Formats: sequence, structure tokens, C-alpha cells
Amino acid sequence: MTHDDTPGDRRGFLKCMAWAGTGALFTVSGGLASSIGLDQAVAAPAKAQGFTFLQISDSHVGFNKPANPDAKATYQEAVSKILSLPQKPDFILHTGDITQLSKDQEFDDADQIIKQVGLPVFHVPGEHDMLDEGAGKAYLDRFGKETKGAGWYSFDHKGVHFVALINVVNLKAGGMGSLGADQLEWLEKDLSGRPSSQPIVVFAHIPLWTVYADWGWGTDDAAQALSYLKRFGSVTVLNGHIHQITQKVEGNIAFHTARSTAFPQPVGGQGPSPGPLKVPTEQLRSMLGITTATFVRGREPIALVDQTLAT
Amino acid sequence: MSKTLKAGAAALALGLATLTGAGVSFPALAQAPAAASAAVKIDNFVFGPQALTVTVGTTVTWINQDDIPHTVVADDRHTFKSRVLDTDERFSFTFTKPGEYGYFCSLHPHMTGKVIVKAG
Ligand SMILES: [Cu+2]
Repeated sequence: MTHDDTPGDRRGFLKCMAWAGTGALFTVSGGLASSIGLDQAVAAPAKAQGFTFLQISDSHVGFNKPANPDAKATYQEAVSKILSLPQKPDFILHTGDITQLSKDQEFDDADQIIKQVGLPVFHVPGEHDMLDEGAGKAYLDRFGKETKGAGWYSFDHKGVHFVALINVVNLKAGGMGSLGADQLEWLEKDLSGRPSSQPIVVFAHIPLWTVYADWGWGTDDAAQALSYLKRFGSVTVLNGHIHQITQKVEGNIAFHTARSTAFPQPVGGQGPSPGPLKVPTEQLRSMLGITTATFVRGREPIALVDQTLAT
Repeated sequence: MSKTLKAGAAALALGLATLTGAGVSFPALAQAPAAASAAVKIDNFVFGPQALTVTVGTTVTWINQDDIPHTVVADDRHTFKSRVLDTDERFSFTFTKPGEYGYFCSLHPHMTGKVIVKAG
């Protein structure tokens, strides 16, 4: 990912970064609308304007097993797809598992591919990005410069507040994903004082709702995080990890997981394990893809459109 | 199908390694439990057998037969801890004290297993 030369200023960082990735395109819709409450007078976020951003996920650069002998090539295809989008997104969120084994070469290869989009890219790590001897040092050296703790951070863009959460470290035996007390405390502070009308986008690798517990597809302490988000009128939670589209709406919170750009996984419980799903070669690209998010000023939730690499 | 073959080959290889490593004939091996070995296969995100009973001095070797990397980490996080095991990679640990040792995969913590070590 491209690094900004003005550390400390995530907004500047956002503007300077290059877009990359094949993911989801999101349109963010307002939440600020016409009501100006007391809380807003305190926090006074920038007025929300319409824009789009993309989500890409689980590129697993370095993966070369039967389910996809060349994950680098399909990541490149995803980038080509982004470059061909009619509307240029403002930036890209990569929701983790950039690499297969956290090797320097894999991070470098991924970087060479994503930088072609010329857009800012915001990362969170997946468990595959924390496998180096330093247990995540390779990732943090590259992407953790302006982050806290295990790599969490937040930023604002055109009135929308984006929060990057890490739920792939210090996992407990028998458990699922975990945010941890320190990060939860930071999150509570990060959100406090913000007007409930401000749209919030949270992104993390492992889903923040329990998609399938037997395969660990959830986050043990997600309920605590969601309790801090409940008062907001528009919350969008974006994840990867399970290599398939899932969606759920709970109150004002919309959950969405994106496809991988590398290989599909079975639906929870439908198969012997959550391992890579081998499909006929001609079907593979219809199970990989990117997500576009569109934010329109107003009260509607962010619109998410998933596209496959086959289309 | 090729996976089953691979698994069989791995188990066989492990058995051979033990025999040649000990450099002894079968009766001598039977009298030398200190050189005993056992294997745990990681297959479809499951440690098999999930509970393994061995005697003190046994070396347990975990073999990852999945297309996804896994780790083997003791519940206390320090008694034993493998580096990441990619496909077909192994990790071995020799148990020198009796007890029950729970462990898990730190990438996929729903994967758990235990080794029960009995006094010789
Ligand atoms: Cu695992």
C-alpha cells in the first residue's frame, strides 16, 4: 500500500493514496440529513456527501493449491475489474488475508498488484497476515504506522466515520475471533461524542456476527462492540474471512461479508470443513469478486453491490 | 482420494523414521518405550485423534494434511508451540512429564485437541 508523507493525518492520507483491489463498491448514504442535534453541535463532522468506495478481501496471494493454482492472477483480475468500473471509487478497503503465509514476497506481490489502481487502500489483517516469526510484525511494519494496539484505527471521509477493527490476534482455545478489552475500550472512546446521525462503517476480517460457530465464523466479544454502535442511525459492518456473500440486518446495523478474490469456501456446515472449496475451473471466477459501496446523502443505508470476476 | 493416499504415505513414513531412527529390531523397540512415537493428523480442520494417550517420553508429531496452514499451540501458550505449518509440514514435541495437555490451532481456535501423558 502507498504510504502518505504526512503521517498523523488520515484524511490527507486518504486523498493521497492510490486505489487498488477488486472488491465491493459501497455507496454511503447520508445519515446527517437535515437534523442538527445538540450532539452534532459538539462533534460537528463534515457534511456527508455522496461517494463510493470498494471492498476487496481474502486475496491470499501465494495460495497455489487445487482450489486456485494462481491466487495472484485472480487478484490481478480483480484489479483490472476495478480499473474498468464506470465510477471511480474514492478508496478501497481490504478486509484481510492479503497473503497466504505472511511472506515478504507475498506482501510485495500483493502490493505490486493493488498499487495499479492508484487509489488509497485501507487494510485490516486476516489471520494469514500474522504468520511471520514476529507474529504480525511483517504486516504492522507495512500497514501499522498510524495505528494503535494490534493495528486498529479510524478515519473520517466526507462525513462518514470508518473504523478498522482487528479480531485475529490473541485467539483463545475453543473460541472464535476476538477484539480484546484494550481495543473495545479504544472503540468506546473513539465513538463517544460522535453524533448518532453520523454514518459509521466498521470493517474487520472475521464477521462480527456469528455466521457459523462450529467453524469459528464469528467474534466472541462482538456484542460489546455492537452495543457501542447501537445508537447510531446508520452502521455498516464489512467483513471477509468466509469467502462468500452473507448479509444480515439487525436494527440499524447492516452486516455484509464479501467474496474472496482467491477461492470460495463452503456454506457453513455444508462440507467436511471450512477449507478451500474446489469447483470446476470454469466456475471459479463466478465465485470470486469485489464489492462496491455507494453512499448517497440522505438517510438510506449504504448500498452494497457485489460483482463477480466472471462478469 | 489423493488425500487418503498422501495420509497413508505420511503415516508410513513416520513409522519408518521411528524404526530406522531407533536402529533396533522389533523386540528391542518393544522394550524401549522412551523412544515411542505417535502421530496426530490435521485433516479437514480437525486434530485426529482429538484425544491421544501416550506414555512419558513419547514424541508426538503433528502433520498438516490440509490446504490451509494451521498451528499447534498448548493451551498455556508456552509448553509447546509450533511455527505455522503449511501443507504436509510437521511439528514434533516429546512429552517428558505425565499430565493432560490441551492444545489448539491459534489461527482456527475452534480446532482443539489433547494429549494425555501417563507415567511409563
Ligand atoms: Cu488452523
